[in-house]
Amino acid sequence: MQWTINGQRYVAEVDVRTSLLDLAREHLGLTGSKKGCDHGQCGACTMLVNGRRVNSCLTLAVMHDGDEIMTIEGLGQVGNLHAMQSAFVKHDGYQCGYCTPGQICSAVGMLDEAKKGWASHASASLTDAELNDAEISERMSGNICRCAAYPNIVDAIREVAGLGDREPVLVAAGEVGA
Amino acid sequence: MKTFQYERAASAETATTDAATPGAKFIAGGTNLLDLMKLQIETPGKLVDITRLPLGDIESRDDGGLTIGTLVPNSDLAAEPRVIEGYEVLSRALLAGASGQLRNKATTGGNLLQRTRCYYFYDTATPCNKREPGSGCSAIGGFNRILAVLGTSDKCIATHPSDMAVAMRALDATIVTLKADGDRRRIAIADFYRLPGETPEIETVLEPGELITAVELPKPVEGARHLYRKVRDRASYAFALVSVAGVVVMDGTTVKSAALAFGGLGPMPWRNPAVEAALVGKEASDATFAAAADALLADARGFGSNDFKIPLMRRTLIASLRELTGA
Repeated sequence: MQWTINGQRYVAEVDVRTSLLDLAREHLGLTGSKKGCDHGQCGACTMLVNGRRVNSCLTLAVMHDGDEIMTIEGLGQVGNLHAMQSAFVKHDGYQCGYCTPGQICSAVGMLDEAKKGWASHASASLTDAELNDAEISERMSGNICRCAAYPNIVDAIREVAGLGDREPVLVAAGEVGA
Repeated sequence: MKTFQYERAASAETATTDAATPGAKFIAGGTNLLDLMKLQIETPGKLVDITRLPLGDIESRDDGGLTIGTLVPNSDLAAEPRVIEGYEVLSRALLAGASGQLRNKATTGGNLLQRTRCYYFYDTATPCNKREPGSGCSAIGGFNRILAVLGTSDKCIATHPSDMAVAMRALDATIVTLKADGDRRRIAIADFYRLPGETPEIETVLEPGELITAVELPKPVEGARHLYRKVRDRASYAFALVSVAGVVVMDGTTVKSAALAFGGLGPMPWRNPAVEAALVGKEASDATFAAAADALLADARGFGSNDFKIPLMRRTLIASLRELTGA
């Protein structure tokens, strides 16, 4: 079997049960992609397969023989970060960082989908969807952050999508706790 | 995960004969099957990988309908302009399900065949007639908040989890298959799923080795309003407690035609002609909608923690009908 991962060709024979995630982590030394739930519920394992974001824990390496795969390691490196990685750093889009590789790969895939004009459950119109905070939250709902860094993740994605900073939310003192 | 023999299908014909052997299964998106295999709820001896077969196109037919290849991913189907134009309810249902990553992988045929998310089906330490026929149903008398109120039996109260299938039920889809003996079948979605009865482990009419090759949608209903309303425990990435797929045509303030299907209620995407009969030819009003809800829920029966689904479904249907009819 062979795969092109982050532009590099890998050849290996692995057990048919090996998930794409385990192939990367356990056999090829690419440990950037994380195993959270191992059931497609948390998104920590998100990779881009032939340009599309998928849960790498829920697919078999053998089924991707010949495919092009991008993991967080290929997206950018120290000193040469991808714009999404830089934005996560700038906006502090994490606390523990465990979900971050999946969040970033998912966000990159998500913005490609939005660029293609794909709508979401949050879209009023299926033909004229525009990204906003509600859209970003909905489209990123497959990535769980136990530290709840969500507002900063949205900020990071907003920056890369060219949406600028969010309007600050002002709460009158009397409304706090109301 | 138990090990298995892996085969990449060279053609749809060889796939069906390969998968007709006991213990063999097709795999495409794998988002549900691999999840179940990791938990040893599914333990196939052989996986026949159909992902490289040329079954991933969406084609317009001369009769005005659409043929959706079984391998079309959920995300691509939701974004397909011909679906958005003529079958908005389907696009909306797809977008209401799963996550972006899962929709990119999950296929049309696989979505139809996904298994229930009943807690006990997933918990191999407890009896479940669907997972282990004859072992008993832990959900009856157990935690059954997410489970069925219609179409149940004393063997099983599981719900079918799909949103997509509910929309396809409202759209009168037809499932096209290829059998191991080479025959092709066209199965109306109304006839595709089976009620649990005494054999909840058998969920569809598919025979061993029978491969879904496509789903056909009839010509779009002219002048229809579409709606998919899903009620769930969180705003995104959760299965339906209840859902409604509706395609309604109005003539002034009178309901001219209505196709309504429901998720979260039963072991299959639910549709009841009595609901539509209570609406068609009637003035759109809350009294009419209440009669439709009565017809839908006449035989509904809760099992304790899912009792709330009955009034929730009633209110959800009435709210949906207000939106669909403009009343």
